[in-house]
Order: sequence, then C-alpha cells, then structure tokens
Amino acid sequence: MDSSWLRPAAAGLEILPARAFIDPLRPVDLAIITHAHADHARPGHKQVIATAQTLAIMAARLGPDFAETKTVLDYGESLMLGDLRLGMAPAGHILGSAQIIMDYNDTRIIAAGDYKRAADPTCQPFQPVPCDIFITEATFGLPVFRQPDPLAEIARLLALRARFQGRAILVAAYALGKAQRLIALLRQAGWDETIYLHGAMLGPCRIYQEFGVDLGDLQPVTTDRKSLPADQLAGQFVLAPPSALGSRWARRLPDPVSCMASGWMQVRARARQSGIECPLVISDHADWPDLLATLDEVRPRQVWVTHGREDALLHACKQRGLDARALRLIGYEEDSA
Amino acid sequence: MKSFSGLLEGLLYAPGRNSKLSWLQDWLAETPDPDRGWGLAALTGELTFAHVKAGLVRELAAAASDPELFALSYDFVGDLAETTALIWPEPAELAPPPRLAAIVEALQQANRQQAAELISGWLGSMDATQRWALLKLATGGLRVGVSGRLARLSVATAFDRDIAEIEEIWPLLEPPYRALFDWLEGRSDRPDARGRAVFRPLMLAHPLSEEAAEQLDMTRYQTEWKWDGARVELAAAEDGVRLFSRSGDDITAAFPEIVPPAGWQGTLDGELLAGQPDAVASFGRLQQRLNRKKAGRKLQADNPVFLRVYDLLIEGETDWREKPLSARRARLEQLAGSWLPDGRLDLSEVLAVATPQELDELRAACRSDQLIEGMMLKLKDSPYLAGRPKGHWWKWKRDPLRADLVIMYAQRGHGRRSSLYSDFTLGAWRDGADGPELVPVAKAYSGFSDQELRALDKFVRQNIVNRFGPVREVEKQLVAELAFDSVQRSSRHRSGVALRFPRFHAVRWDKPAEEADWLPTIEALIGD
Repeated sequence: MDSSWLRPAAAGLEILPARAFIDPLRPVDLAIITHAHADHARPGHKQVIATAQTLAIMAARLGPDFAETKTVLDYGESLMLGDLRLGMAPAGHILGSAQIIMDYNDTRIIAAGDYKRAADPTCQPFQPVPCDIFITEATFGLPVFRQPDPLAEIARLLALRARFQGRAILVAAYALGKAQRLIALLRQAGWDETIYLHGAMLGPCRIYQEFGVDLGDLQPVTTDRKSLPADQLAGQFVLAPPSALGSRWARRLPDPVSCMASGWMQVRARARQSGIECPLVISDHADWPDLLATLDEVRPRQVWVTHGREDALLHACKQRGLDARALRLIGYEEDSA
Repeated sequence: MKSFSGLLEGLLYAPGRNSKLSWLQDWLAETPDPDRGWGLAALTGELTFAHVKAGLVRELAAAASDPELFALSYDFVGDLAETTALIWPEPAELAPPPRLAAIVEALQQANRQQAAELISGWLGSMDATQRWALLKLATGGLRVGVSGRLARLSVATAFDRDIAEIEEIWPLLEPPYRALFDWLEGRSDRPDARGRAVFRPLMLAHPLSEEAAEQLDMTRYQTEWKWDGARVELAAAEDGVRLFSRSGDDITAAFPEIVPPAGWQGTLDGELLAGQPDAVASFGRLQQRLNRKKAGRKLQADNPVFLRVYDLLIEGETDWREKPLSARRARLEQLAGSWLPDGRLDLSEVLAVATPQELDELRAACRSDQLIEGMMLKLKDSPYLAGRPKGHWWKWKRDPLRADLVIMYAQRGHGRRSSLYSDFTLGAWRDGADGPELVPVAKAYSGFSDQELRALDKFVRQNIVNRFGPVREVEKQLVAELAFDSVQRSSRHRSGVALRFPRFHAVRWDKPAEEADWLPTIEALIGD
C-alpha cells in the first residue's frame, strides 16, 4: 500500500501525481470538487472536475465562466490523469455529491467528502466502495449523535401545524440540499399543497427540478403584500435560510413558528441558543452509527479523518482494530449541518 | 411520562411567557391526577429525591458507555442528563413508559441502589426525549423557565380562577396537590388557610396620571408616602412567624429580626426599609440584605432593617380584609401603641392632604435621597382586595430623573420582538486617556412606541460597526433621553453607577452625540 501520493496541504488534499487538489480552499490549476456547497466549491480554479449536477450548481452560483475548463465525471465513470485513475461514486450528501475514487500504484484511496446514509429522495444514495484508505468526515463524530428517522421528524413538523393554528411554520434550512430534501420529505409524507420559499431557495430548487427531482408546487414569498397577503401564509410551510430567522423578511409572516432543520438540533442547549421554537433533527451528514456502519462496509485498511469531532471517531476506530489518523483539515464550515 | 416529556420539551423551546402558559394549561387540562400534581411540583422545584444525585447518573452513564467516548461527549454537550440520555443505547423495542406518578412514587421509596436499578430499567425502554425528561426529573433542576408564580398562574387560568385564590392556599398544599384539584374540579371545599402563617396575596395600586389626580376628592382618600423599599408581608400564627416577599417567597431567614410583639397573631402589610425609622438608609443598603439568604447577628447589627407597616389583613380569628381601610387604620393605630420601641416595627404616617394642590406640592417635594418615590392614595372605604383592583388604591410617582445618553450597543429582543433590535445599552461621556470616551451606564428596552422601535431598529441595522455574539455595537451617534427613578453607586458596573428602572423617554434624533450628558452629571443624582 502506498499512500505517499496523497497529502493534506494548505490548499486542501493534494493528489501529487495528478497535480490536483480535492475541494481546494484557494484557486488552483486543477480542482476535483466533491459537492457544490460554497465551502467546498470555491471560485477561481483553472480546471474543475465534478459531476454534471455539481458543475451545474456551481455555474448557477458562481456564473457560467467559473472555470476555464469544466470536465464532467459522472458516477461510475472514470478518467486517467497521467497514471492515476479517477472515478466518482454517489455520496448521498446533496444532489451531485460524490466520493472521489483514486487508484494509483496499486492503492485505492477514496475521499468520501461530506456524506450521509439516511433516506433522501433528492439524491442518489451513498454507495460503499471497497478501498485501501477511506477518508471520512466526522461532523457528527460523537456517540450522542444518533439521528431519528427523517420522516418521524417531518411528522412532528406536520403536527406543529395543528398545534399552532393561524401561524406560519417557518423552517430554517440550508438553501442548497437541505431545503430540497425537506420539500421532498414533506411531499413523501403527503403534503401536496404549495410550499412557500425565501428568495434564496429559488435558484437551487430550480436546478433540482431541472435534474428531474419532483418538488411539487413552490411559490416565493415576495415582498409584494398585495399578490401574497400575509394571512394566506397562516398554516403554511415557509422555507428560508437560517440567516432569515429574525430578519425583516420574516416579519411579514403571520406570527411564525420558527423551526430549524439541522443535525445540531440534537443538542438541546445548542437548539435553545439559536432561539427557535421547534428543532428538527434532520442532517445531511452521517450520524455516529452511520459513520461506524460505513467503515464496516467499506472495510478500509486505513481511515483518515478530515474534519469534525475526530477524537471520538479515532478512538472508536482503535477499538475496532482500524488504523486511523486525523488530517485536521480546516476551512470547511459545519454550521448548517 | 410521555406527555410530561413532551411538556418539558415544549416549555424548553417556548419563546415567551404566554407560550409557556399555554403549554402548562393544556397539560393541566389533559393530565389526570396525581400525575399533573407531581409534574407541577417537579417544574417548580418542589420535588426532590434524596438518593438521586449527579453522581448516580454518572455511574449509570459509565456503565452504559465507553468512558472515553462519554467524556468527549459530555465535554461537547455540557449537560450530564442530556449527554446520558443521548448516549444511552437505543432500546430494541420501545415499551410504553410508566406513568409519571409511578416513577415519582417509586423513586421516593427507593434507596440509592434501588433508585439506580429503577432508572436504569426505565431508560432501557424509553426514547431519547423521555430519557432526557426522566433524568431531569430524577435529578431535579429542570430549568425550563417555569417559576412558581407562572405555575400557579397556569393553574388559575386553566380552571378560570383568580390567581389570588390559588396563591392564598398554595402554602397549605403538598405535592401532588390533590386538595387543590379536588376543589378546582368541585369535589371538595377550598382548603382553609385560617390560623396559619401563610402568604395572603397583596393589594396593589394603579398608577395615577396628573389629570386624574386633579379630579380626586381628597377627603375620601388616605394619603401616605410611597417608600422606596421592598414590599413585604409579616404573618404570625400558631405555626410560627414568617416574612414573605411581594411575590410570596418565604424570606424569614433573611430578616429574622422582623417579628411582631410576643403573643400577637395576625398578618401585616408593609415596606421593608434599611436603617432606623428616624433615619432611613439607602436602597443599596437594603439590597445588601436582600441579596443574602440568611442574616447572622453581625449583619443584623451592621445593616439594620425595619418594617414600616401600612395595613392590617388579619388579627387573631378576625379577617380584617373585608372591613374598610378606615377601620383597619384605626385598629393599626391602637396596635402601634403596644409595639416595642426597639425600632423594628413602625407605622406609616398618614399625611394631612385636603386638596389636589396640597397633594401636588407634597409630590413635588418627594426626593429620592429620602427614599420616597411618590405618593400613595387609598380610598378610605376600600376593602383589602387581592391583586390590582381598579379604583381603590393609586400610586403617583414623583417625576423621574432624566439624562441624555448615547446608544452604544443593541441586541434583539425576545418573543414577538425577536426580529427587532429592542434592547439597548447607553452610555455617558467621561474623560478618558485619549480624550472624551463613552462608558455604558444603563440598559433600556421599553418606553418607546412601536413606530419609534422600528426607527431604532432601522438605525441599528444601518450602523453596525462590530458584532459580539448577539450584541451589535453601533456607530456612536444617536442620543436618547432616558427616564429613571434614581441613581445608585455600583461596583458591578464599569461606570460605577446603576440607574433604577431606566426606560426611553424620547429618541433625540436632533441631538449630536457630543452634547449627551457626562458621567459626573449623573453621579450628582446619586441618592445616598
């Protein structure tokens, strides 16, 4: 096994034989992007390799000329970068999110990026791929993080409507990925009425729809009070990015019940600090049991932990006889996990 | 237990008092006895289990999880009960949890070993929210923002009663409050407080406006000074002597020297003041006593207090509350003759005021340095009514003090105001090392109109220069005129002064920040 060709550098994970970086923090010549969240998919690279969906979202966010060369590499396909074979497998995090599969010098290393195992109707599920070295995140790398069934959380959300009649149900969620997943989960739970959106949600939703994800009837909450009277929003679900909670925009909603969908909502003190009335434990990251289950399935010879609460995951790997080390990569946010 | 854990979680995240009240009311209406009584007791901290302490939970958690993983988790979560609830292995199958009453009664009878076994057994069949609620319940300290007063108010509103009716008998009740619910639901008579040294709800006054004061027929009113101390109630009966705060908390241990003459039984209403009847000391001196839960001989001698009595509620078997104030006052004056001249009890003076003009003159003479914050006007034929009945008692405060201060920091409010910057820190000028500098002297979050609040909010949003967590530092350019009741020295504040009841009087959009007041101007208003 040879792992000397992949190393953590200041710009991100560096693939030496390809002179490429995975999710680089600063502009580089060749960037391989796991998914389109802003902290992973940054502007300024010369060439970007990513899935078609990731490239489409980047183009919408950063403008169509965000890189000189855009190379599509879809799930199951591979290409050669010199002697290194590069492949992609679904990571289940958001639409287009990918694990990066690298084969070089008889060693396979997989950088899983951000991933989850829980049900998500808006993206392909995580695919376990055997490898020598598995590079995992550890956002929820503590045994206290055991996420409930997302549909059970959606059932709680629907029950809120009944308890707080006459009020809008304002759900704060990350605009890309989490929002579309919530909409799809609500649809799955039988809610087929219009769902109202903050302006920041519209672009990402449109891209999901273009890629064939059915989100049902969506309507923006405009600032025009005449076309959408406030009382029309009573008893309706309104989705907005977390920053919109307590903003001027939120004032026009009828006495909103503020909810937040995030894995951090599992810790009550943190949920309470955010000043919300109903926390929903719905995350796009693997929880503790899923992190461990994934290691069992992938069966790597070595585990590298990128970011999050790595101490506990390293400890758990040791107990399982797995060789593990922390990369301590910085620069990746976890606020909206 | 399922509904109790739902209630706890609802209360934890409820954004304001009304929202908490609605959770409590629903729960009281839906929950059978004795579960609702035990729940109420747990919420108000009246339920503790001698054998269940944090140490026991730690041991349970250590047995159920890897110690290093637990330590890392606890470090992150920061709450023992919650960490344990979250890390506890998920049961293979959820069993219906035991009733709240079954849990409480079992824990009350258990020794430490048994309690550990019981809790561990219950945890093994509960979901994460129930596990959290169980551990919170068992160790006490629910911390979901429910005071005793709020709990009693929820009982009153749930059963459509006046809170005074609940407050008066509350000291007679024991969890799970069967006698209370039996009465409220018509199965028995109201528990009887006669002959017991318990808190009787106080009668409160309404504020009086200048225009209304001019209309009063002063001959129908008893006029007294409004003292700036702490309203208390002194009760003596067969079962002892107790002193209660305005909200009904037992503060006897903090003021053991306040007792009626030996052998006298009854209930007196009055103002607790620091110093001696002929030399009242500052509110700050009283504050030093109020801050202490117990007072030894030295503290009593160094920092004396006395009770200035102004009403009689009960004497012996007689309930004086139905009788007119004039009769109560006459009886008090007789009683005062028998009070020992040791200065612990003293009768509030009745002022000779015949006309609104005389009243106005007296009010204009009220001074904070004499601990007088205004006038009290009480209808001579008013009975003693619990709460704040209309048309009987009036308070007319002296004009507030005012200062022009500069808005320095702002924070979002709570509840309905959570989207608006409505909590402000304001400062005054002083000489700093590099010329004039602002030093915070007050926090204010009331006194403005809705329209002014929106304008203030807009100002903050457009002038943020720094962020410290939820606090926004703003450009120091907007002056607000604050009204406040008095100024005290304070070692806890950087400016060395603390304003009492600061509130907005006017937003001075017209006034440049350099023309705001200087700290020495405010120090000159200190009332001691």
